[in-house]
Amino acid sequence: MTTNGILQILAYFLVILLLAKPVGTFMARLFEGKRTFLHGALRPLETLVYKLVGVDETVEQRWTHYTASLLAFSIFSFLFVYALQRLQGLLPLNPQGFNHTNVSPDLAFNTAISFVTNTNWQAYTPESTLSYFVQMTALTVQNFVSAAAGIAVAIAVIRGFARQQVNSLGNFWVDLTRATLYILLPVSIVAALLLCANGVIQNFEPYTVAKTLEGAKQVIAQGPVASQEAIKMLGTNGGGFFNANSAHPFENPTPFTNFIQIILIFFIPAGLTYTFGVMVGDRRQGWAIFAACAVLFFAGVFTCYWAEQKGNPNFAKLGVETHATAGQAGGNMEGKETRFGIAASALFATVTTDASCGAVNGMHDSFTPIGGLVPLFNIQTGEVIFGGVGAGLYGILLYAILAVFIAGLMVGRTPEYIGKKIEQKEVKMAMLALLATAFAILVFAAISSVIPFNSPTKDAKGQAVAQSYWNPPGPATANFNNNGPHGFSEALYAYTSAAGNNGSAFAGINANTPWYNFTLGLAMLIGRFLFLIPLLAAAGSLAKKKRVPATTGTFPTHGPMFVGLLVGTVLLVGALTFFPALALGPIVEHFLMQDGKFFSLLAFPLWS
Amino acid sequence: MLQELKPALKMVLLLTIATGLVYPGVITGLCQVFFKNAANGSLIRQNGHVIGSALIGQNFTRPEYFHPRPSAAGNDGYDPTASSGSNLGPTSQKLFDRLKAAADQFRKDNPDFKGPIPADALTASGSGLDPEISVANAQAQAARVAKARGISVDAVDKLVASATEARSLGFLGEPRVNVLGLNLALDQQFSKK
Repeated sequence: MTTNGILQILAYFLVILLLAKPVGTFMARLFEGKRTFLHGALRPLETLVYKLVGVDETVEQRWTHYTASLLAFSIFSFLFVYALQRLQGLLPLNPQGFNHTNVSPDLAFNTAISFVTNTNWQAYTPESTLSYFVQMTALTVQNFVSAAAGIAVAIAVIRGFARQQVNSLGNFWVDLTRATLYILLPVSIVAALLLCANGVIQNFEPYTVAKTLEGAKQVIAQGPVASQEAIKMLGTNGGGFFNANSAHPFENPTPFTNFIQIILIFFIPAGLTYTFGVMVGDRRQGWAIFAACAVLFFAGVFTCYWAEQKGNPNFAKLGVETHATAGQAGGNMEGKETRFGIAASALFATVTTDASCGAVNGMHDSFTPIGGLVPLFNIQTGEVIFGGVGAGLYGILLYAILAVFIAGLMVGRTPEYIGKKIEQKEVKMAMLALLATAFAILVFAAISSVIPFNSPTKDAKGQAVAQSYWNPPGPATANFNNNGPHGFSEALYAYTSAAGNNGSAFAGINANTPWYNFTLGLAMLIGRFLFLIPLLAAAGSLAKKKRVPATTGTFPTHGPMFVGLLVGTVLLVGALTFFPALALGPIVEHFLMQDGKFFSLLAFPLWS
Repeated sequence: MLQELKPALKMVLLLTIATGLVYPGVITGLCQVFFKNAANGSLIRQNGHVIGSALIGQNFTRPEYFHPRPSAAGNDGYDPTASSGSNLGPTSQKLFDRLKAAADQFRKDNPDFKGPIPADALTASGSGLDPEISVANAQAQAARVAKARGISVDAVDKLVASATEARSLGFLGEPRVNVLGLNLALDQQFSKK
């Protein structure tokens, strides 16, 4: 690790720390219905939306009603995204002439779920699959609204703690509109212009044909990238305009744009911890959550940075410089960009998985085992380290419920959090959310490690004559790009990313087959809705309760003791659930790497 | 839930127009006015023809040019319609073999260079389109380029130094050299042999 690398990480954290209060205060005012400095310009637009949609902003919803609105909105979103992809051949802004043959029904299904659930898992290569029109009207739109829906749910859950003896959690349509109009759109406009000024492209041109200096033909993909890039990061979506995502020089051309992008990831989530403090009437509660997130953030980023800078001992034997020197970054540069080097790549990988963003500026698949373990474990613990927009906060509140429950068991007292008694219903709902996600990750990854689809058969000329519909390459393991424990890690990461609604990948795996498209789609649905609905149910139950005043016997949830307990709960639940799977993947691979062991791909016939 | 369907449909339509058409349209308009060059891909033209983009790497194999990093984008590398890393993991035999071959090639191409090879010279980037190489990588290739062009190593070193881009804001990312920019400067200052 270099001094300059550490400086980058600390500078980044300082910016996030300084932003948390102003952003959090703004959001608290916005969702409590108070005027903000943007109301003069945007309030007429807001009321216009309510008028057009037919929403009465003064009507509040019970948790069931709130959830139903969210589900109805998600269903139409899904149908829109699916239809737009399949119909792209008939739609405008399609200079490359992509059509329905580029998007199979199972791929369109997977992508639609992926963007509606804020996952942005991509089983396709965008620059050779989707038209500009689809990227804008289907994907950019979902980048906005799936993020806005996440914020809405987080605010509803906060209201569960903040309110007492009421049935309602707010109005979904109002929260959704305000999140989009006052937060996501203004910040995205500023960020998109800033990104474009620094080199991110924004046009509707056909791909440019260049003749290189050595005379070769090079086709340069174009598109409206900056507008999508801004909300991709701000909404912790992470779906790249290009296959290489934020490693692509047109998405992320300089270390400065890279810095903007990671700031955008934590911009809202860090602010929401402060919003929480304001809305429950005790700012220290918000800072306690912020502190727990900060501890976990630093643990992850320094582990990842250390592992990546140390690099692969077997490469050093080839006479490669693995130490950082004045003229080069050293370390494990496979899959990383020169302009970012090791520190900025490790920082990005940690931040994108602390949150449910999933954008990448380097290929996680090529990280060292420990360097790749950090993003994997970050997602498995629920992406609660500041976390996704909204999803991070309601995720960490779930852990807070469990933490006080565990503390309550130890001292034999009914647990309380923010003055609310945590009882059977809340704990049950929290456990349901945790188990559903863990189930989706572990069960699907296990099945994909063993399920035997028929291997394709070929005639004398080598033409495929028969192949399994569900997985043309053969057994589900034939889709891996690496063998040995790393192959298993690819499958584990895929389902982890899907169930965690993250969207990053150990991207070597070929996931564009009906089997993976369908099961990963299912994992995304489980991870989004079986997490968020129980949380809303718990919030509904909490809102009805009276707030009990703190006494000398109350366990304070704003001090270092609670921060430690919360960090411990996150780590313990994550470790207990996933350690066996991690031992089979990155952990054993680490020791094999130290031993100089390598794996060749099995001779599975390749699908083309 | 049925009574929610109508506002849901209307809301999806309305937000699609606002965030899917108006927002990207406005951004495109503003960017085309204020940041035209960047918005269109920072293209570089020579005699009216596009020869590439300042931000997108392209392949160089001739000895008189600086070489970029290995690329996993497309079948032949540096294909901007198929941006990608190798996605080979730390225990991949294929990756180890590829690195070994690349190391041998690098030593063969640059016989005057002794010492450990800069990591970026052998590894494939994440995008497969990395336009840049590290300063140490450029310095390692300087002697070869100088010999191929029949000029002094000193002159090439000076060019590398002037083409070096520092860290953003003095501390972000890594110092680096744009390969296409450097090779264009070479062609401009010294004729090809």
